Amino acid sequence: MGRTPTGQTRLNKSKRRWEEETLAPSWKRFPPRLPEFTSISGHPIQALYAPDDLEGFDPEQELGFPGEPPYTRGIHPGMYRGRLWTMRQFSGFGTARDTNQRFLYLLRQGQTGLSVAFDLPTLMGLDSDHPTASGEIGKCGVAVDTLADMEVLFRDIDLEAISTSMTINCPAAVIWAMFLAHAEKSGFSWARLRGTLQNDILKEYIAQKEWIYPPHPSMRLVTDTIAFAAQNVPNWNSVSISGYHIREAGSTALQELAFTLRDGIEYVETAIRAGLEVDDFAPRLSFFFNAHNDFFEEIAKYRAARKVWHRVMKERFGCKDSRSSMLRFHAQTAGCSLTAQQPHNNIVRTSIQALAAILGGTQSLHTNSMDETYALPTEQAATIALRSQQILATESEVANTVDPLAGSYFVEKLTLELEKGCWEYFEKIDAMGGMVAAIERCYPQKEILDAAYRYQQAVERGEKVIVGVNRFVVDEEQPIDTLAIESGVADKQLDSLRRVKANRDGTAVRRSLAELRRAAATDENLMPFLLSCVKAYATLGEVCEEMKQVFGTYEEPVF
Amino acid sequence: MSEKPLRVLVAKPGLDGHDRGAKIIARALRDAGMEVIYSGLRQSPEQIVNAALQEDVHCIGLSILSGAHNVILPRITALLREKQLDDVLVVAGGIIPDPDIPRLKACGIAEIFLPGTSTQTIIEYIKENCSGQ
Repeated sequence: MGRTPTGQTRLNKSKRRWEEETLAPSWKRFPPRLPEFTSISGHPIQALYAPDDLEGFDPEQELGFPGEPPYTRGIHPGMYRGRLWTMRQFSGFGTARDTNQRFLYLLRQGQTGLSVAFDLPTLMGLDSDHPTASGEIGKCGVAVDTLADMEVLFRDIDLEAISTSMTINCPAAVIWAMFLAHAEKSGFSWARLRGTLQNDILKEYIAQKEWIYPPHPSMRLVTDTIAFAAQNVPNWNSVSISGYHIREAGSTALQELAFTLRDGIEYVETAIRAGLEVDDFAPRLSFFFNAHNDFFEEIAKYRAARKVWHRVMKERFGCKDSRSSMLRFHAQTAGCSLTAQQPHNNIVRTSIQALAAILGGTQSLHTNSMDETYALPTEQAATIALRSQQILATESEVANTVDPLAGSYFVEKLTLELEKGCWEYFEKIDAMGGMVAAIERCYPQKEILDAAYRYQQAVERGEKVIVGVNRFVVDEEQPIDTLAIESGVADKQLDSLRRVKANRDGTAVRRSLAELRRAAATDENLMPFLLSCVKAYATLGEVCEEMKQVFGTYEEPVF
Repeated sequence: MSEKPLRVLVAKPGLDGHDRGAKIIARALRDAGMEVIYSGLRQSPEQIVNAALQEDVHCIGLSILSGAHNVILPRITALLREKQLDDVLVVAGGIIPDPDIPRLKACGIAEIFLPGTSTQTIIEYIKENCSGQ
């Protein structure tokens, strides 16, 4: 790296000599195991990486130092020597009471942050008594219909002492309003609240597919939360720009990186167009990436992400505050990599993926449980997942030094290649008129589906191996215990919703909803109106329906 | 003379938006020469059964990952019986715990394909078990 041209030429010559004299004869004895070696994303991988792969590489420029631009080596100068990543297990099931108990349990086990999983009706902005909610209540997360549920969900939890992440998207502004209302009622100061709203609607259209409104009004809701956070909840991450779901939908590592960062650009552009100053909100944008099986590709992806985002924020948006160009991220291990076959092996997969996220410099981490191809995790499986992080943090000694893989010819080369591929995708999407326009013509959706299909075919041909599925298969699988959500959950939830509706002030609900609808038709920030609605115990479904009357609904184009 | 191709409705009941599996299956069945209709997301049992009737399909493939399978899948098979579509082969896939499988099969789901099943296995199963040819 950074050698003089003569030194470089000498090295190139040595490498050629090694290839001819040492490597070539060895292939005769041990021929390559495969006709071609590729990453899990299908990216070609060489047998050896050497100094000539990094010709012209200037470590000062490309890497810098941790905590300094371009942040390739991490956003904090001392990284995990100062503070470990936050261990934040995504959890939620049944009623608010059930999930509150799980939260308190995880905190007692040493978890350091909260992350709420909502059930599907909540994620879709529907009340538990909506006909399509039947069978779904409390199944894949916790049911939240009104502020009353939020109050139970966070009972006995000090919201100023612990940070809370909420995976919620199309109705994110409403759920956040409930959270803020609960915090206020409990005497917590908004200025001291720390947490994250996923609030990333673009990746919903691209990958996770939970939407209500069309892209433009949805982007307005996101911008309203960004502006409201900047003014009133300064330590809150208003959007968690997510590649996780893009990867789960079958994208390559590069597509995950490029589409996520391009979504980030779209949010920044939209907020600036709405009149915000970039440095007033950009420091509170955070990111969320997948941690998949290909160890080095994942590490390179996180390093490239920091580098590209820094350049985007400096060059495209002219940010002045250094925090605006610092990419902070949460990582979650890859749910789609887990197997229903021999499920205990998932503990191993998850540990390898978690290690990649740590070596890539994540700020917080969720490790999946081994039973998640069957159901939500049992308490035992969730505990093993948390313990895996704790073992990595305390026993493996990997957190002792910052960015330990820097300078590896392979990792640096992969980082450069991912970075280059990312700029190429940006150019294509810019030429289409931005991410919303690209989504409307299904460009990212098609790219991801093609990648998912290619991978599936590679697995079926045995070119990509999944242990227990297409290699090392057993005839008799040993069943494992799984968590069942009792059927009584739905009845309890419907009962409590009925009670809230019977005891609230109906006039206040109607008045606040009418005000919301009026404001939705203007360009006023909707957060204060949403706060009034939820404080009057209007339900999530009522509030979302009111906005639907103004915004309309979205249907995915056929592709 | 080529045989009339099998017609398959790939349908996505439940509120979840995880369509990776459904779309991969749809493409694989098409590549295997079948005529595939993809329902789109979040279809109610009524919508699915109506589509099956209108499209005159031999097989319905249901993909569900939301956890609501015990409620939704039996409704679909009951509606099919009501409409005298009992001869339509119904298969399902998704996140479905083992203890739920016998109940689902008893209500008329012919086969449940769990994560890790190859598209080839599904193609062969449909070809062997469709009576509509």
